[in-house]
Amino acid sequence: MGLTGQNSKEAQRKAAMAVLAHASGAEIAGRLADIELPAHETLREPENGLVMLRGRIGGDGAPFNLGEATVSRAAVRLASGEVGFGYTLGRDAQKARMIALCDAMVQSAEFSGEVEAKVIAPLREHLSAERNRKGRETAATRVDFYTMVRGEG
Amino acid sequence: MYVAVKGGERAIENAHRLLAHERRGDRDVPEVTLSQISEQLSLGVDRVMTEGSLYDRELAALAIKQARGDMIEAIFLVRAFRATLPRFGSSEPVNTGEMLVRRRISSTFKDIPGGQILGPTFDYTHRLLDPQLAEGFVPDEPATAQAPDVPAPRVTDILGRDGLIEPSPRAEPDAPIGDLTREPLSFPADRDLRLQNLARGDEGFLLALGYSTQRGYGRNHPFAGEIRFGDVEVEFVAEDAGFAVPLGSIELTECQMVNQFKGSATEAPCFTRGYGLAFGQSERKTMSMALVDRALRARELDEEVKSPAQDEEFVMSHSDNVQATGFVEHLKLPHYVDFQSELGLLRKLRQEFAESNQAAEMQEAAE
Repeated sequence: MGLTGQNSKEAQRKAAMAVLAHASGAEIAGRLADIELPAHETLREPENGLVMLRGRIGGDGAPFNLGEATVSRAAVRLASGEVGFGYTLGRDAQKARMIALCDAMVQSAEFSGEVEAKVIAPLREHLSAERNRKGRETAATRVDFYTMVRGEG
Repeated sequence: MYVAVKGGERAIENAHRLLAHERRGDRDVPEVTLSQISEQLSLGVDRVMTEGSLYDRELAALAIKQARGDMIEAIFLVRAFRATLPRFGSSEPVNTGEMLVRRRISSTFKDIPGGQILGPTFDYTHRLLDPQLAEGFVPDEPATAQAPDVPAPRVTDILGRDGLIEPSPRAEPDAPIGDLTREPLSFPADRDLRLQNLARGDEGFLLALGYSTQRGYGRNHPFAGEIRFGDVEVEFVAEDAGFAVPLGSIELTECQMVNQFKGSATEAPCFTRGYGLAFGQSERKTMSMALVDRALRARELDEEVKSPAQDEEFVMSHSDNVQATGFVEHLKLPHYVDFQSELGLLRKLRQEFAESNQAAEMQEAAE
């Protein structure tokens, strides 16, 4: 695979991970129930830990440590060799394992189409609908200034 | 000094049992659930996450429940929990400029690109108790409007284009980032460490200090350049994956204070800045933090340090409510031996006093 191919594969994996990280464990499990899972083994047992979250001074300056967040991670390997990694905020270790499994499937020629169509696409649609709803609710609170004309025109 | 005293085991056990009973309250009243706390007391959860320095809504809700609503006790519980987990590493710095904004206001410019967005706010409410809320109140569905497809740049970025405001301090590649959970505080402290300290500092303490700067104790003429609240994506460079993996999003509040000018013979005058950032919707906290951040830059900006809010050793040593409550509340622990020695000394002093008085009286009588 050329460098461009690798970059686009990485972008595809990241995009899938971003959708999955926003979904709940139950939502992912519900979608995964619709497909026949490939044989796989655990590379890293699902585990909980912390990540120090960083901000930037002034929003765009030098970084500083803001505070930690709970994070779960896991890794799996498909029988066909693809290694998938799962990371997510929170303590749902099984969610991390499912993300790892999806990440491995995204890399597999055999499963990438199915996992995209049956798991990631519907979750993406749901996420985008939620964001749009929040966006519309927020937009209704935007202030429209107008100037009162005083006295005789 | 306090010493271990044996013999209280049963009393302690029964006291904790009584605590559990009292915490439950009237058992005919339904038990409060974690999702009720997280959904309906969400600003309390935000505060516990911010000062507990751990982003996890469910854990913060559990802490509030366990602490019977005592916020500092809840913060203490969360801090203690974080010591039980390994740290995988640090996130990429979050980009608040790409926040999915749910509230964004500026008190310096009326017409800002992206607009003034009030979002869910207590501002402009009349602060009258609402009897409707006592039970069974079903609020209206939120109003909706077409969401404009325009970005909402940070107000400080807009001012920065004309050089009217000082730029943020640049990131030095490979410069270490201070972490007060790993190294003990030492002074003088750099701004990264100060901001970490303020971010987890007690809201009440920072509010009082921020207020003190407005009242003249380290005055620096603040304007709320911008306050924004919303969702920000988090990424973490996972060594095993070999790239920055998305972790999901967190809610953050950011406050950019715009303060009075600085300038010199060689530099044109420009506004200075104070910065606040906190988990969840924590507006009062981030505003106070930004005021104190600016006050603590006195040394850097050649201002005379003469007020508490400008004294970094004073502020940073007293901002942490877990440390503070630990030291204040340890006074409750048995100090019997200490006190006995004080008592012995006092008795001796009183005896000496009585004897010298007696001697003086006898002297007087004799004269």
